[in-house]
Amino acid sequence: MGSATEYNRRDIFKRAAAVTVLAAGSGSLLAACAGGTGSSSDNNSAAPGTGGNAANPFGVKAGDPLDVVIFKGGYGDDYAKSFEDMYKKTYAGANISHLGTQDISPKLQPRFNAGNPPDVIDDSGAQQLKIDVLAGADQLTDLTKLLDAPYLDDPSKKIRDVLLPGTIEQGTIGGKMVSLNYVYTVFGLWYSAKLFKDKGWAVPKTWDEFITLCGTIKAAGIAPFAHQGKYPYYANYVILDLIAKQGGLDLVKKIDACDATAWDDPAVLAGVTAFYKIMDGDFLLPGTNGMTHTESQTAWCQGKAAFIPSGSWLENEMIKVTPADFDMAFLPIPSLSGDKLPATAVRAGAGEPFIVPSKAKNQAGGLEFLRMMLTKEGSGKFAAAANSLTVLKDGIGADVVLKPGTKSSSVAVTAAGSNTFNFSYPDLQTAFDTELQNATNELVNKRIGPKDWVARGKAATSKKV
Amino acid sequence: MRHRKYPFIVGFLIVPVVLYVVLVIWPYLQTFGYSLTDWSGASQKMNFIGLRNYAKLFGDNVFISAVGHNLLLLLVLPVATILLALFFAFMLNVGGRSGTGGVQGVRGAAFYKIIFFFPQVLSVAILSVLFQGVYRTDQGGLLNGILVKLGLEDAGHPWQWLADPDLGLWCVTGVLIWSGVGFYLVLFSAAMQSVPKDIYEAALLDGAKRAQTFFKITLPLLWETIQTAWVYLAIAAMDAFALVSTMTPGAYYGGGPDHHSEIMATYLMRNFITFGKAGYACAMGVVIFFITLILSVVSLRVTRREKIEF
Repeated sequence: MGSATEYNRRDIFKRAAAVTVLAAGSGSLLAACAGGTGSSSDNNSAAPGTGGNAANPFGVKAGDPLDVVIFKGGYGDDYAKSFEDMYKKTYAGANISHLGTQDISPKLQPRFNAGNPPDVIDDSGAQQLKIDVLAGADQLTDLTKLLDAPYLDDPSKKIRDVLLPGTIEQGTIGGKMVSLNYVYTVFGLWYSAKLFKDKGWAVPKTWDEFITLCGTIKAAGIAPFAHQGKYPYYANYVILDLIAKQGGLDLVKKIDACDATAWDDPAVLAGVTAFYKIMDGDFLLPGTNGMTHTESQTAWCQGKAAFIPSGSWLENEMIKVTPADFDMAFLPIPSLSGDKLPATAVRAGAGEPFIVPSKAKNQAGGLEFLRMMLTKEGSGKFAAAANSLTVLKDGIGADVVLKPGTKSSSVAVTAAGSNTFNFSYPDLQTAFDTELQNATNELVNKRIGPKDWVARGKAATSKKV
Repeated sequence: MRHRKYPFIVGFLIVPVVLYVVLVIWPYLQTFGYSLTDWSGASQKMNFIGLRNYAKLFGDNVFISAVGHNLLLLLVLPVATILLALFFAFMLNVGGRSGTGGVQGVRGAAFYKIIFFFPQVLSVAILSVLFQGVYRTDQGGLLNGILVKLGLEDAGHPWQWLADPDLGLWCVTGVLIWSGVGFYLVLFSAAMQSVPKDIYEAALLDGAKRAQTFFKITLPLLWETIQTAWVYLAIAAMDAFALVSTMTPGAYYGGGPDHHSEIMATYLMRNFITFGKAGYACAMGVVIFFITLILSVVSLRVTRREKIEF
């Protein structure tokens, strides 16, 4: 997540040139503006649903090539190759092209504009194509037909019956499900259980205990808290979770909806004030405010800091630098007094959006690919290769051995039960999210205080899409 | 054979001209067209909305401050780069003094020339990674490491460099100057070597000091080269995208913290790619195009002097 991918402005001119060459065929600028090059719409003939049957609900033609693009981030892209092998078992004639990349936008935006997008995309990472933008431009297939298709492992069920709660909502814009968020992600604080055991520190349950422990940790010569300062959205996991637990699910909904009145709720100020105690106590890892996710997470793995906020991709992302006996563990954001949600509540939900473009040449194949991902076999392969859980209910067989961090996060999810919440604004309200990240960066540097942060959050709601 | 001349010339020119029109002129025209629409950048669907994008642009505080940052770069970058390059080039070519007289550079000039040119062979991506290591905010950074070791700063609160609102843009400017000086040094060296040595020798015999030789001889004779350098650097100052977007903090193409190092190009890209406001971004592109064009014309006019023949 959040990698600073190298980028050159010349790319945009190259792209402009590519668009031009395509548009030039249509004769005039106005024709180009009026919509498309004409050639793209011909590729839509194989509309899914036609000629489908129970075994092949989308009517996949066995010989059609499949074009897969995967974000190669915290989860790598090896898991996708095993999905492709599964696809090939059924459709042996299909020629699958696989691209694993961090540059989703630069590589795919020109293809969308030219009406020639791939068939399945794992649209994630710092360079993701924004789902709100794609949906607004009518570029995404309505996945309702996937939800109503039979579940491969048990055809008496439909796909919608085997998804974890919240999955459909997380990918729904304007009543249409446009993305399948495949990975079940849990967000919170992470620490080394070994370090805590060695030092005799008790894991805090309340925020007051957390702040007291931070003092103890600092006295022991270790920085209590690190965060991925160059990408302030990680710090927002802590602030917004404190706010959500204090204010409850209705407040979460109002914040997601960019409702300005949400920011008048005292829970918002209470949450950010609690977070600010980290700054007041000077508990930050020196330099963490300017560090990238790799730099700060590496420092944390080296034992320079005790806590770090992140999602459950962290363990797989840091697998190469994590010491063997690190014993990574997950902690839900500790509770404040007067919280509406219980202490065990966690931010958890479907992440890592997979999309099937509406102009994909092999749309049926793309949908079928998603259906194959949602099998026990697919889910198990993902868990084994990417050390994370999927949105498939009971998706992991007994044969899959989980790493300590993943195991501890799944324990937390079980403990939370139905008390999970999730924010959709980072995916669906990009401009608002960006403003909020800027405000948080000012906050962690003590250039603004909690009240100013609330005011900036409220002002940012004007960026609503 | 005279009548065969024009088909001959046209035959050579037609391919490059067509390529130039299709790949350069036509996209520019398209950008003008797109800037009048609400294009999202994610499909070819769009509506004509007249000049609304431009009206919005001139009320957009972030864009205005980005223009300000580019203009600041425009003041600092060419002046600093040209002065440093001129100074080094002068020292390497005519600044030396030897007992036997004659015109030469300081001792080891050839070696220095290679060293100075070195940054020029590094790609922008490598520069960015390299200097992020230099400016790293904890003690692992080269600068902070040294400063902490020397006891000049508090290890618990090291300097933020790129993440500091007051320092970020200057840090990037430093990298731009560092990477540019070598190239202009070589450019100016070449120009200096084409100046006949007897002019310098005559000046030396008349007892001219280094400073006098520089201002009375080198500078006037190099004016045209400096003018070229000036225009190139002005255009570089209007861009600076690659370094700012990769080095500075901030979601999507940098420009942070909190827009303090925002430049026109990063704001354009964020609107184009991330926010799906491609029409708005195209309007910015048009504004950047005109600012750059006007600056080039103005700087060429202002610096115009009579050519000195030698």
